[in-house]
Amino acid sequence: MTEKVKIDVRNLTVGYGDYVLLHDAEYQVKQGDVFIIMGGSGCGKSSMLRVLTGLIPPLKGSVVIDGTDIANASMEEVQKIRTKSGILYQSGALFSSMTLAENIMLPLQQYTDYSPATIRELASLKLALVGLTGFDDFYPSEISGGMKKRAGLARALALDPDIVYFDEPSAGLDPISSHNLDDLILEINQSLGTTIVVVTHELASIFAIGNNSIFLDAETKTILARGNPKELLKNPPNEAVYKFLTRGEGK
Amino acid sequence: MLTVLKHQKNNVQVVVQNNAAKIILSGDVLECDSDNIVQQVQKFSAENLKSISFEAQTLEKWDSSLLVILYETLRVAQANGINVNMSDLPQNLQDLMKLAFADDRKPTHDDSQFSWLESLGKKIIDLWETISQVCKFLGKTTVSVGKFLSGQSIMRGVDFYSALNDCGPKALAIVSLISFLVGLILAFVGAVQLQTFGAQIYVASLVTIGMCRIMGAIMVGIIMAGRTGSSYAATIGTMQVNEELDALQTMGMPATDFLVLPRLLALVLAMPILTMLSDIMGMIGGAFIGVFMMQIPYQEYWKYAFDAFTLKNFLVGIFHGFCFGIIIALCGCYSGLHCGRNADSVGLATTKSVVCAIVWMIVVTGIITIICQELGL
Ligand SMILES: Nc1ncnc2c1ncn2[C@@H]1O[C@H](COP(=O)(O)OP(=O)(O)OP(=O)(O)O)[C@@H](O)[C@H]1O
Ligand SMILES: [Mg+2]
Repeated sequence: MTEKVKIDVRNLTVGYGDYVLLHDAEYQVKQGDVFIIMGGSGCGKSSMLRVLTGLIPPLKGSVVIDGTDIANASMEEVQKIRTKSGILYQSGALFSSMTLAENIMLPLQQYTDYSPATIRELASLKLALVGLTGFDDFYPSEISGGMKKRAGLARALALDPDIVYFDEPSAGLDPISSHNLDDLILEINQSLGTTIVVVTHELASIFAIGNNSIFLDAETKTILARGNPKELLKNPPNEAVYKFLTRGEGK
Repeated sequence: MLTVLKHQKNNVQVVVQNNAAKIILSGDVLECDSDNIVQQVQKFSAENLKSISFEAQTLEKWDSSLLVILYETLRVAQANGINVNMSDLPQNLQDLMKLAFADDRKPTHDDSQFSWLESLGKKIIDLWETISQVCKFLGKTTVSVGKFLSGQSIMRGVDFYSALNDCGPKALAIVSLISFLVGLILAFVGAVQLQTFGAQIYVASLVTIGMCRIMGAIMVGIIMAGRTGSSYAATIGTMQVNEELDALQTMGMPATDFLVLPRLLALVLAMPILTMLSDIMGMIGGAFIGVFMMQIPYQEYWKYAFDAFTLKNFLVGIFHGFCFGIIIALCGCYSGLHCGRNADSVGLATTKSVVCAIVWMIVVTGIITIICQELGL
């Protein structure tokens, strides 16, 4: 079966100014994948995500999403890709001056022609999908960290995106909430066919949801390994990856 | 040569004999003046020291001050190529020292010293970047205002009303109070001088012209920079820390439309009105001194005050208020949008917004004054 390539990263160098975090990275994310970007703290996972989502430009190379190179695309093309992707930030990044429903309604009002009543109902539906039925009129400050993440996910799903990016979805969550969030991610992947890109270093999540991955390494500034995380654990290509996947036990 | 350094209270002795130093630890080593001992070790090691050893059989309690001594001693020894024998130290101290020296990771950022030429170059590059950032910000804001005027803005009405409520009704009390007091002070200071010529009635003119032409606007500007501009910077800066700005950007919603525009419009609308209020309250403050302290008859005071009142001065004052509104809103929003990603930087952004706003208000006041002079206003 030949799957469609959703994100094609070629020859990509990520960094800030003269400060290179990762050079000449090449990988592809296929349609319907749950793709994990893993690696130690400070190796540039979040920065990689910010390049993928167009928040910072790549120092070199290209990121092609659905056939469009985002670094050289026109504003309109970038806009189109953005409406087709949702992002769940590390802290949820809900707008604190708006209720949960308003947070979700915002992109809908911006990009769709639904009637206000429909938009309201859509927002309630998305909240229900992430298990927050009845929390429409709560403000972000009135709910817990785990709920914020789920609400952020509801907002990321507002426009029925093709790709959803997650930055450390389980950071700061207790094991059970984090497990539930993993289930939710898989659910969305399977029932909506959404391509998922997850930045994480939570081993349990990596094995539970990932079917493809890359491992970034801060020392060599390259991708040290790629493939299904479970396969990587069985046949580790090198010591660093094995150590990471076994919490530092080494060979 | 035998040198003994004894730290009376703390049971740490450094004994140096035949180019070999021995650090003797006994009893409790708590809260000891580690720096003093470290300096001694440094001094000895400069004098051809070959080895350092320890004696700690009778060591009982110890705290981090002992660790500092050991850590610094090891570092000095490392730097000077001196042999250190730690085997006589208790095992836990040895382990801690191993731990302290195990980490050979280097910070990712290069903190090396720059020559003055390099740092000058860096400063100029930074300055250039700031200028281009400011220009971009002004450009985007202008586009947003243009979109608003042509009815295409995505600004939410709610945001505008809440910003207006914040810088309008909620600011009335403080603006009234401060302006009243400034009018009072102006009248008081003026009265003392004018009384020497028996011309105290002109206090009325002084206060009216002073407040309407410039003081009203400046006082409102300073209050609003401290009150509203800083809150803009803090609010938007916190949104940066919480990744809300990233979320906005990736949703394809320009922050200038969504965050800057409502605040800018609210302040531009509120400032001229607050300036009028300030003018009136200042004049009432002046009248308070004139009537109650200097015993000028009520009607006479107000007659002089109204004679001195000219539409020209009043409008120049309002125009100042309008410009200050723009400056405060832009400084506040710019500082917030370019805030770093931690809590510290929100504080810094807040400070910067107030300082920038006040500096630019003074600069603009100067420019307006010169223009008015040229135009004969
Ligand atoms: N805006 C920036 N400018 C300069 N350097 C930055 C910037 N943001 C991050 N960095 C640097 O880039 C490096 C990688 O940061 P990044 O946030 O991508 O790491 P990460 O892999 O996500 O780490 P973690 O797992 O701890 O979240 C860090 O060393 C950081 O100092
Ligand atoms: Mg990160």
